[in-house]
Amino acid sequence: MLGLNKHDRTLLIIVAILTMCAPFILNPFPTDSGMAQFNAGYPDLMQRFVIFGIFAIGFNILFGLTGYLSFGHAAFLGVGSYSAVWMFKLLSMNVIPAILLAMIISGLFAVLIGYVSLRRSGIYFSILTLAFAQMSFNLAYSVLTPITNGETGLQLTLDDPRILGVSATADGGIPVTSLFGLEMRSTYEMAVGPWAFQFNAGYYLCALIMLASFYLSIRIFRSPFGMMLRAVKSNQTRLNYTGLNPRPYTLAAFVISGMYAGLAGGLMASMDPLAGAERMQWTASGEVVLMSILGGAGTLIGPVLGAGFIKYFENIFSKINDTVLHNWFAFLPDGLEDAVVFIIHPFIGKGWHLTLGILFMLVVIFLPGGLVEGGQRIRRLFSKKPADDGKPAATKPAE
Amino acid sequence: MGILEVKDVNKRFGGLQALGDVNLSIAENSVHAIIGPNGAGKSTLLNCLVGKLIPDTGSVMFDGQSVLGRTPFQINQMGISRVFQTPEIFGDLSVMENMMIPCFAKRDGSFRMHAIENMLNEQDIVEKAERMLIDMNMIDKRDMHAASMSRGDKRRLEIGMCLAQEPRLLLLDEPTAGMARADTNNTIDLLKQIKDERDITIAIIEHDMHVVFSLAERITVLAQGTPLVEDLPENIKGHPKVREAYLGEAA
Ligand SMILES: Nc1ncnc2c1ncn2[C@@H]1O[C@H](COP(=O)(O)OP(=O)(O)O)[C@@H](O)[C@H]1O
Ligand SMILES: [Mg+2]
Repeated sequence: MLGLNKHDRTLLIIVAILTMCAPFILNPFPTDSGMAQFNAGYPDLMQRFVIFGIFAIGFNILFGLTGYLSFGHAAFLGVGSYSAVWMFKLLSMNVIPAILLAMIISGLFAVLIGYVSLRRSGIYFSILTLAFAQMSFNLAYSVLTPITNGETGLQLTLDDPRILGVSATADGGIPVTSLFGLEMRSTYEMAVGPWAFQFNAGYYLCALIMLASFYLSIRIFRSPFGMMLRAVKSNQTRLNYTGLNPRPYTLAAFVISGMYAGLAGGLMASMDPLAGAERMQWTASGEVVLMSILGGAGTLIGPVLGAGFIKYFENIFSKINDTVLHNWFAFLPDGLEDAVVFIIHPFIGKGWHLTLGILFMLVVIFLPGGLVEGGQRIRRLFSKKPADDGKPAATKPAE
Repeated sequence: MGILEVKDVNKRFGGLQALGDVNLSIAENSVHAIIGPNGAGKSTLLNCLVGKLIPDTGSVMFDGQSVLGRTPFQINQMGISRVFQTPEIFGDLSVMENMMIPCFAKRDGSFRMHAIENMLNEQDIVEKAERMLIDMNMIDKRDMHAASMSRGDKRRLEIGMCLAQEPRLLLLDEPTAGMARADTNNTIDLLKQIKDERDITIAIIEHDMHVVFSLAERITVLAQGTPLVEDLPENIKGHPKVREAYLGEAA
């Protein structure tokens, strides 16, 4: 079925169930309970999970398979967002043309940047992509202000021409993005006892597109093309002397992953129609690298896990402030309470990146295969006798 | 006219004349050995044939076409395959995948965007790769990680990968260097078998005289970048110039 083997099909089905049931799974705590701050089932956070999932899945096609580490993929994310917002301004509030344009324009950018950067490999390739992304960022921030609206960012206004649609709604507001009339922001709230679950149209669109992206990435991983990409990573000398030209293979992988990033950028703008230069900044490029490595580069599910992990903890840790901490540690004697809060303070709120850095170091040192390897270790712990544990696992297909 | 014609090839590295006026003709369907002391320029010559190096002067013709100015993958697609001094294989891939890649290269050329095709639909490739593994006597290692094999097996796999491309000319650079006696003999047997069973021209660079005299039909002796003599193996053995070149080095 679907041209997948049993193992991959199971993986796809699990991901499908998780994404479709995310509004339940991510809201395990009753709305009024103290634990509610650990809930993640809000539309905009869930949208971020799957959109960054798409970004990371695409990035992994390049980095995981060919080993070419791009430090500039956020440029494509930004290009996708700008393209989509322009489509909303000029054509219609329907997200489909916006998403398509985002993918096409980012694909063209990827051809250009990839063609130049792939003349080098290793660290030089990484630096070239970083340079291109910083160039794009600076262009967007200042030089190209007529297109990008500079530091303010590109937004919808009340006098956008919009060929297929109106510039302003009847009550004088800016129209909202929709899929053939289904508003992306529309949310159905289901209350079950003390729980509240939110089903958002935009989230489900993004989730379905992520599933399609995930499916496509499985097909690519298992295809002859995917095997060639792994061969590029393994031994380019042998590839050359086997009559194969590595350049078009790596360029194709680069463009595919650039288009995934553009798709993610287009979806971001479709959920919230604005685009700013900061979306292209090197920190954003670095984040997708972290997601892939944290989840498990070169594995199928790793990048999705990494994206979810980082976005979830970013949200939780950023929300915690000193007041929350004082509440938690209220049971301690006053002096000790203040001391504990003082120690934890740098790791929360704006200091979340410090926590992320530490988590990242721990994973790279103790779990080089990322969260996927962690999962495999746990599974082995439960499924096998400890005696078998020392043996290295035989070559397994990527999870 | 041989299948490979090297004319007046010179190659300098800075002040060092690595190849000086090399002329060489390799007859089709023969096994031609190139021997010579260390630093004689054997690997340099081979690199000039496969596009890794470009000679300063001279010409290299394969089957009537010049190989100069072409990249290694283009030259390979013309029908020249190369085995390296240290086996070059795809270590991170399985043995079967290693064997499938040259099969794809043979069928589809230097690039094809088969990104969503299913491997299961590539039955011809799978069958051919399996047949090659059986020929190479390593079908039992089909799903092994290629990097985890012994050096002899890696060499065997590499030769098999080259053969899967059905090349017209197979170049081997010291294929038994650093091998144990048993592995060396296995490799000799494998090459003999290849020579007997296939329409293929083999050019072999070798240091080990045992290997050379078991296989070669014709031998060129290279010294200081220039061919000293070219003759049948039996005439090479006692040739005074060869003794001089070799003994001079050994002494
Ligand atoms: N890329 C290179 N740059 C500079 N000198 C080289 C290079 N390749 C080979 N040489 C020199 O050319 C000479 C011939 O080397 P080589 O062809 O490797 O000899 P052989 O394979 O016969 O032992 C040696 O003196 C070697 O140091
Ligand atoms: Mg050599």
